[in-house]
Amino acid sequence: MKGMDEERGAPVGRRIVLGMLGLGAAGVAVGSSLQRGVTRAFSPVNGIGDVLPAVGGFRFYSVVGTVRTPRDLRVQVDGLVGRPRGYSPAELAAMPQTRVRRDFQCVTGWRVPHVEWSGVALPDLLDAADVSPRARAVRFHSFDGTYTESLTLDQARRRDVLVATAMQGKPVSHDHGGPVRLFVAPMYGYKSLKWLGRIELTETVHPGYWENLGYDVDAWVGRSNGRDDAPT
Amino acid sequence: MHRLDGRALLVRFTLAERWVHHLTALLMLACLATAFMLYIPAFATTAGHREIIKPVHIYCGLLLPVPTLLGLVSRAFRRDLGALNRFGPHDARWLRSGRRRAVVDGRGVVPVGKFNAGQKLNAAFTAGAALVMFGTGAMLTWPDPWRTGATFVHDWLFLAIVVVTLGHLWEALRDPGALRGMATGRVTRSWAARHHAAWSDAPDAPGGSGADGGSGGRRVRGGRRRTS
Repeated sequence: MKGMDEERGAPVGRRIVLGMLGLGAAGVAVGSSLQRGVTRAFSPVNGIGDVLPAVGGFRFYSVVGTVRTPRDLRVQVDGLVGRPRGYSPAELAAMPQTRVRRDFQCVTGWRVPHVEWSGVALPDLLDAADVSPRARAVRFHSFDGTYTESLTLDQARRRDVLVATAMQGKPVSHDHGGPVRLFVAPMYGYKSLKWLGRIELTETVHPGYWENLGYDVDAWVGRSNGRDDAPT
Repeated sequence: MHRLDGRALLVRFTLAERWVHHLTALLMLACLATAFMLYIPAFATTAGHREIIKPVHIYCGLLLPVPTLLGLVSRAFRRDLGALNRFGPHDARWLRSGRRRAVVDGRGVVPVGKFNAGQKLNAAFTAGAALVMFGTGAMLTWPDPWRTGATFVHDWLFLAIVVVTLGHLWEALRDPGALRGMATGRVTRSWAARHHAAWSDAPDAPGGSGADGGSGGRRVRGGRRRTS
């Protein structure tokens, strides 16, 4: 046998394949903690994270085609309100600002540490709109035409729910959902609707895009979707 | 040394071997193209339509091993697998030598068999990577911490696959003789003598490996040699 092996050469190809399978299995076993280390090393999210999510940046799950921001975007607040009105991004940025710095946790597992958002706290906008006593929920519409989200009125009155116009001290970029997006600090990322176009007060909670695909409506980080992440 | 017409054609790949290559290449490129649109932020926000692109990625990934498995019915393909698997002494020499592509008198200095050591490493890496991507891709439906661990491996190995695939394309595209071999199955005798000297001496030797076994004296003259 030895002589034959010498004649045919060593089975290096097979060893490489088996070695890669072993490395892959080891990588899966320790990947979760390794990824935390990588994410910490590259934190806070910066330029390279916008090119390569593996270093701990955001991942983009765009459910429609290219999203174009309407010219003269006005974020409408309407539905069961006494004073419906639209806000331009500049008007929102000129109102009293609330700043929140939290980890951004996705329901698929990735987490971007210490992201700073600022904008108008949603309860401030609701107060300005004179919400009807019949309203029990808030429905959010993206100007991408497809994506929607909802919160109960109690959830929407938290001070850490923002109509955000800035991220990391700069205007929210288009890819991150700008010029205006929702940020629901204590919930999984899919609640923080991008490309916000309309805030509608409703009588009941309407499940949003991902909730119709099986995700929890009440999406508290660490207490929903069968996950046990540290709360944000 | 036989002095035959340098333009005479040798059969390098049968139809089965070429189909295994082409279908695998098509599925791999489809996986990579959809990966860019699912994963790289600039492409993801431009392309969008995740609900269409994601299933294309998943099905191409699931189908990726199928051409290889079907190819196992071909004796020529099984011989290729054997030749790719085995590394002889001249493979180490080829990898180390700065003169690995040196040609003297129309013949490669290193007695390369049907595949050179770089091609063997590429094949082994691609096979291993495809299996790991297949496994970790399937695990993305599992609960954490498996999912995050599998995501970690899937993300980083993706980058390595991009680099190796670009390298493979680069080497192929700058060698019209090699391209022709994979496209038509035939190469000229002079191309074979320059790039695969030992194989060109004995293209039909067991394992398709020519002198891979160190017994370069074997000369099989089969009916497969054609002249143009």
